Amino acid sequence: MAIEDDVLVIGGGIAGLTSAIAAAETGARTRLVTYKQSTLGNASGLVDVLGYAPGDDAPRSDPYDALAELPAEHPYSKVGADAVREGLALFDDAVGDGYLGSQSEANALVPTHAGSVKPTARYPRSAAPGLVSDDRDMLLVGIDSVTGFDAPMAADHLSAVGVPFDVRGETVRFPKSFPQDADVTRYARALDRDESTDDGPVREVLADRVETVLDDERRVGFPAVLGDSRHETVRTELQDRLGVDVFEVPTGPPSLPGLRLEDALYDAAEDAGVRITSGNPIVDYDADGGRIEQVLMDRLGSEVAYEAQQYVLATGGPVGGGIESDRDGVRESIFGLAVEHPEDRYEWFADDVWGDHAYTEFGVSVDDDLRPVAGEDAQFENLRAAGNVIGGYDFATEKSGCGVSLATGYVAGSEAGELT
Amino acid sequence: MSKPEESETFDPVDLFPEATEMDLRPGVDKCDKNSNCETVCPVAEVNEDFPGPKFQGPEQWRLTRKGDLEFDESVDKCLNCMRCDTACTNDVPLGQMHNVARANYVDNQMSHASREFLRNKMLANYGTLGKLGSMMPRISNAVFGLGATRWLNEKLLGFPSERSFPDFATQTFRGWWSDRGGDATSAERAREAREARGETGEAKKVAFFHGCYANYHQTEVAKSMVRLYESLGYEIAVPEQSCCGTPMFANGMLEDARGVAEGNVDTFGSLVEDGYDLIATCTSCSMALRKEYPELFDIDGVDEVAAHMFDAVEYLRVNEDLEAELAGADVDFPAMTYHAPCHGEVMGVEGIVTELLADVDGVELDDTGDVCCGLAGTYGWKDEKYDDSMEIGAEMFEAFEEAPGEVALTECPMCSAQIEHGTGYEVKHPMQLLETALVES
Repeated sequence: MAIEDDVLVIGGGIAGLTSAIAAAETGARTRLVTYKQSTLGNASGLVDVLGYAPGDDAPRSDPYDALAELPAEHPYSKVGADAVREGLALFDDAVGDGYLGSQSEANALVPTHAGSVKPTARYPRSAAPGLVSDDRDMLLVGIDSVTGFDAPMAADHLSAVGVPFDVRGETVRFPKSFPQDADVTRYARALDRDESTDDGPVREVLADRVETVLDDERRVGFPAVLGDSRHETVRTELQDRLGVDVFEVPTGPPSLPGLRLEDALYDAAEDAGVRITSGNPIVDYDADGGRIEQVLMDRLGSEVAYEAQQYVLATGGPVGGGIESDRDGVRESIFGLAVEHPEDRYEWFADDVWGDHAYTEFGVSVDDDLRPVAGEDAQFENLRAAGNVIGGYDFATEKSGCGVSLATGYVAGSEAGELT
Repeated sequence: MSKPEESETFDPVDLFPEATEMDLRPGVDKCDKNSNCETVCPVAEVNEDFPGPKFQGPEQWRLTRKGDLEFDESVDKCLNCMRCDTACTNDVPLGQMHNVARANYVDNQMSHASREFLRNKMLANYGTLGKLGSMMPRISNAVFGLGATRWLNEKLLGFPSERSFPDFATQTFRGWWSDRGGDATSAERAREAREARGETGEAKKVAFFHGCYANYHQTEVAKSMVRLYESLGYEIAVPEQSCCGTPMFANGMLEDARGVAEGNVDTFGSLVEDGYDLIATCTSCSMALRKEYPELFDIDGVDEVAAHMFDAVEYLRVNEDLEAELAGADVDFPAMTYHAPCHGEVMGVEGIVTELLADVDGVELDDTGDVCCGLAGTYGWKDEKYDDSMEIGAEMFEAFEEAPGEVALTECPMCSAQIEHGTGYEVKHPMQLLETALVES
């Protein structure tokens, strides 16, 4: 017999977690199923809403102004600006004081590991002293064995884009040596535990080494390796020792700010009463006419049924696995939902690597209730979509990935919950 | 890339002819080196010299495929928890690769005359040792408990003297089963239960894979399972069986594992054909039959056995309305703290019992969170790995100390040994709790 809940959310990323929290908050008994435990190790931990509208060359200062200019098929146009605000409010509640940015609707500008500037709506507390709108001079400090952050290069790039302060990059040796190609988690762990080295405790020695390269800058940025479970303690101690503000620059996978965000959102989901099942994928479904009766989980060779009144599909786009393609076409992975795409495969991408690729907008089309449609008609009355499984926008170019997930997750989850 | 002329037809080239032996390449090719696996590896967390799962899997495969480099011996430090499998978003079969790399290292590079090899061979074939020990349980317990035995074991064989051997039950589970009347008695009791429950239709039948621990040591777990399942109308078969092979995989002895796998697949495959589903109370046993056998061995019937193999808690959750059964239960448990075994997480069956019991009157349940116990079957039973084992376990020990629970709850007998060793807590299996809630109350 099937395992029963009121609302079943498929997918464990930001859209799925938001949907599940929103549904649980309506009082619905909610389950989130996710194939893999960890999905946010590739995420920067920055939470953007909209950095660039189509055709923009410069980042927008107010994302809400730009929302009005988006085409009708864009997910933001389906759910409206209020849903974006509600999604962000849910996020702010979920992560508490670990994140900043809610004091203003304007975009904050955060430096990236490559020295570009990213417009974002919310940012981790640990990134706050690095904001580009702040005109204090900045020192970026790289660690020679952490290859994902080249501080002098990042500093040069920031200078080149015309930031309103002087920025320099220096590289120091980490107080402990690790085997080659060690992961960021090792550095974080050594700092979490303040492990001892020949020269003293690791936090103190790191601060000493940075002090020798620090001039009169009042803030210092490190790659995001400053501790995991005790990262605020680590950062505070470095600030105290150096007498200046210390911040982290988000780095690539595995990204500690992404993993910390994942932990915070899963904790919030559990607190909201969401039941979480991880480890196996949903692969199929049974429907009666236009209503999904149950979905089937593949547990290494046999199938287990999960049944709910309402379903939310939050499995991601072409990268996340929610949208699949082969030589014959493009479709959604579990329900086989239609995905609009050019018939000719050679029109799915552009020849220029940085060109305008059609595949970036591949995803299901939805109605105003976020139900996937074929033409005008909702394909299942009790299925809603959230996040990047929805097509019609290019999150990487727009810098809108998290915002769309939060806004559509909020709408899909709360509507699904209210219907039960 | 430019578009081919319209007249050209697609004519795929067969680059990789159908494999005749296990080919790890497709799995390796999926690795994009995002290193998410490394963030969950318990050994990498405590041992700076361990290069982590990405190296042990895809990188060892690439480095050794031309045959001019040996396998790096660090693969011996992998404890086979398979947490990396649960972390990889690209479906790279890391656990499978580690099993193969370890077997290559042990077969071709490890000295077969070394003390470590002999000790590992004994650990890998614990099923045989257990059988001998359980023939004279009281004497075995007395001898293994002697200080002199422990000293000798450490000096001669490399078992850590800090650990005490698990007590042998005075009667094996199989002995109890047979005294009780075996499969026939079970069928009769199940039939009576179905009648009492008003169930008609076909008999519900499961075959029990008890493995080593539930047969020689934690026999109470197996007995609770029997009473619980029978009360719900299940006829249980307990066929002759071998060790599941988990300690063999973990010690790189794949040929030994193939031997037991062939026997088990043969036995349990026939039962599947006769309409039985398969259950185990140990999550490492169920994972071996469900995941490792089909990943590593091409045996007739292996996929059918895997598809029908369930964790004992999971099976009831999927096939019975346990929520309704538990709705009327009124129990008086002490406060408990649950620990999810890594192999339960790999199969996606961890925490079912906490979800089920959360709303039952009289139940107070906490959770140690997502941590490895560090014993990992035979790993913590090696003198040179004892310190790492305990350092990995430290986070779990701490979680138990902080949680209000007085009794520990877990599916895995090895986790339970580590919990007892590190915290002194009494440990229960979910089967025992469910029996109390559903059969005794």
